[in-house]
Amino acid sequence: MANPFQAQNRRWMVTAIPYLWMVVFFLVPFFIVLKISFSNSEIAQPPYSPVFDFLIDGWDETLDKLASLTTDNYLRLIQDSIYSSSYLSSLWIAGSSTAMMLFIAYPIAYGMARAPKSWRPTLVMMVILPFWTSFLIRVYAWIAILSEEGLLNSALTWLGVIDEPIQILSTNTAVYIGILYSYLPFMVLPLYSNLEKMDDSLIEAAKDLGCTQIGAFWRVTFPLSLPGVIAGCFLVFIPAVGEFVIPDLLGGSDTIMIGKTMWEEFFNNRDWPAASGVAIALLIILMIPIMIFQTNEARQQEAGR
Amino acid sequence: MKRLSLFNVVSLTLGFTFLYLPIVLLVIYSFNAGRSVAVWGGWSTKWYGSVFESQQLLDAAWITLEVGVLSASVATILGTMAAIALARHGRFHGRTLFSAMVYAPLVMPEVITGLSLLLLFVALNMDRGFWTIVLSHITFTMCFVAVVVQSRLSSFDRSIEEAALDLGCTPFMTFFRITLPIILPAVISAWMLAFTLSLDDLVIASFTTGPGATTLPMKIYSDVRLGVKPEINAICSLMVAVVTIAVVIASVLTKHQEVERERAERLAANAP
Repeated sequence: MANPFQAQNRRWMVTAIPYLWMVVFFLVPFFIVLKISFSNSEIAQPPYSPVFDFLIDGWDETLDKLASLTTDNYLRLIQDSIYSSSYLSSLWIAGSSTAMMLFIAYPIAYGMARAPKSWRPTLVMMVILPFWTSFLIRVYAWIAILSEEGLLNSALTWLGVIDEPIQILSTNTAVYIGILYSYLPFMVLPLYSNLEKMDDSLIEAAKDLGCTQIGAFWRVTFPLSLPGVIAGCFLVFIPAVGEFVIPDLLGGSDTIMIGKTMWEEFFNNRDWPAASGVAIALLIILMIPIMIFQTNEARQQEAGR
Repeated sequence: MKRLSLFNVVSLTLGFTFLYLPIVLLVIYSFNAGRSVAVWGGWSTKWYGSVFESQQLLDAAWITLEVGVLSASVATILGTMAAIALARHGRFHGRTLFSAMVYAPLVMPEVITGLSLLLLFVALNMDRGFWTIVLSHITFTMCFVAVVVQSRLSSFDRSIEEAALDLGCTPFMTFFRITLPIILPAVISAWMLAFTLSLDDLVIASFTTGPGATTLPMKIYSDVRLGVKPEINAICSLMVAVVTIAVVIASVLTKHQEVERERAERLAANAP
C-alpha cells in the first residue's frame, strides 16, 4: 500500500527541485552581478575587488570591504557617452526594426489567416522551420549575400542598377536586415494566431453597412488584432535591444549596440564590474517593456477563458 | 471555399521567399567548387570532404551534441517538474517568485544570462568548461520546456487523473501511468526544443566555457569573424539538413499522435 507520508513527500519534491535549481542558477547569479556592478575593476584573478569571504575575513573586515563598494560604474554609465549612445542606438535600432517588421509581417500573417484551412498548418510550419535552424547560420547566410563581392551586389551589377558594388555589409542597414530576417517568425506567429480567430462576419457586416474593403480593415480588423500586434512587437523588441550576434557580424565598427558594448567590455577590456553595470542598466531598461508584455499576455489569457 | 486574393498571394510569396532564399543560397553555394561566395565555379562536394577531415570541427560538433543531449535531457525532467508544480500544485508558498523565475529567462537577453552564470561559477570557484556549459544550458532551456509542457497540462481533462487517484493509484503511479503518456508528445517536442536551443547557443556558451570546450557555434563564429570560408557553408548546410529532417519527422509523429488521441477520446466519449 502507498504510504501517504511518502506521497506527500514526493509531491513536495516536484516543486522543490526545480525551485532550488532556479534559485541557485538564476536568482543568486543575478545578485552576484548586482554586487560586482558595485565593485572596483582590478588586474587580478578574479578581476574585481572586494572579494568577500566571510569565513576568512570575519565581521570587521567584511564591513571594511562593504565600505569599499562604489557606484563608479554607474556614474561612468551616465558620464561616458559610449554607454548612453549604445543604449540609445540599441533602443532606436530595435524600435525602428520592430515598426518595419510590423509592415512586413502583417500582410504575411493576414495572408496565412485567409488561406484555406487545410493549408494553414503547413504555412505555420513553414514559418517556424527556419527558426529551428541555427540563429548563427541565418545571420551568416546574409554575410555572403550582402558583402561587397556578394550575391546582391553581383545581381545588381548584372542587372545594371549599379555600376560598382555598394557597401551594405558592416553598416546599420545590414543590422536592420539581420534583425528583420531573424525575428520575423516572432512577429508573424502572434499576429496569425490572433487574425485566424477573427470572426469574418464582422467584416461582412462592416461592408454591408457601407465600409470599403480598406475601410473595413482599418476600422474592424486592425483594432481587433491589436493584442497580437502588441505581443509581436514586444517579442521582437525585447530580444532585439540586447542583441549581440547580429550587430557583431553584420554591423560595422560604427554600429554600437548595448549587447556588443557589454561583450567588448567583458571579453576585450576584461572589465567585469563595468560589464555588470551595463547588464543591470539593460535589465532596468527592459523591465518596463517586459511588464507591459506580461500584462498583455495575462489579459489575453483571461479573455480566452 | 475562400479564395486568396492577389494581394494575399503576393505577400505570402514575397514573405516565404525572404524567409527561405538566404538558406537556399547558402546550401547551393556549399556545393560551389570555387572559394568565392558569389562567383560560381561549378559543382563540387569537396568542402563537405574537408569538413569531415577537420578534426577541430568534428571535435566541436561532438562536444555540441554531448552538451545538447545531456542538457536537454536534464532540462526536460526539471522543466516538466516545474510545469507540474505550476499547473497542478495550486497556490504554494513562493509561487509568484517561482513563476517569475521560470518565465524571466525566456525574454532575458543572452548576454545577461551568460554573464551572470559565469560570475556564479567564478564565485563558486568551479573549473569552467564542458560541465559549466551543460549547467548553463539546463538552466535556460528548462524554462522553455516548462512553458511547452505547462500549456499541454492546462489543456487536458483532469478527471482522468482524479479517476486514477480514486481507484487507488498513488500520485506517483498516476503520473507515470496516466499523465505522462498523455503529455508525452509535448514532453518530446520540449526535449527537441531544448536540444536545438542548446545546439544553437553561442552567447551563453562563450561566457561559461573554459579551456578545451569549444562548441560548434563558437567554432563557426570564430571562423566567420576571420572571413567566409566554404567549409562553413558546408557545415551549416549539414546542420540545416539535420534540423529539417528532425522537424519533419517530429511533426509527422505529433500529427499521428494527435489523430490517435482524438480517435481514443471519441471512442471514450461514445462508450456506454
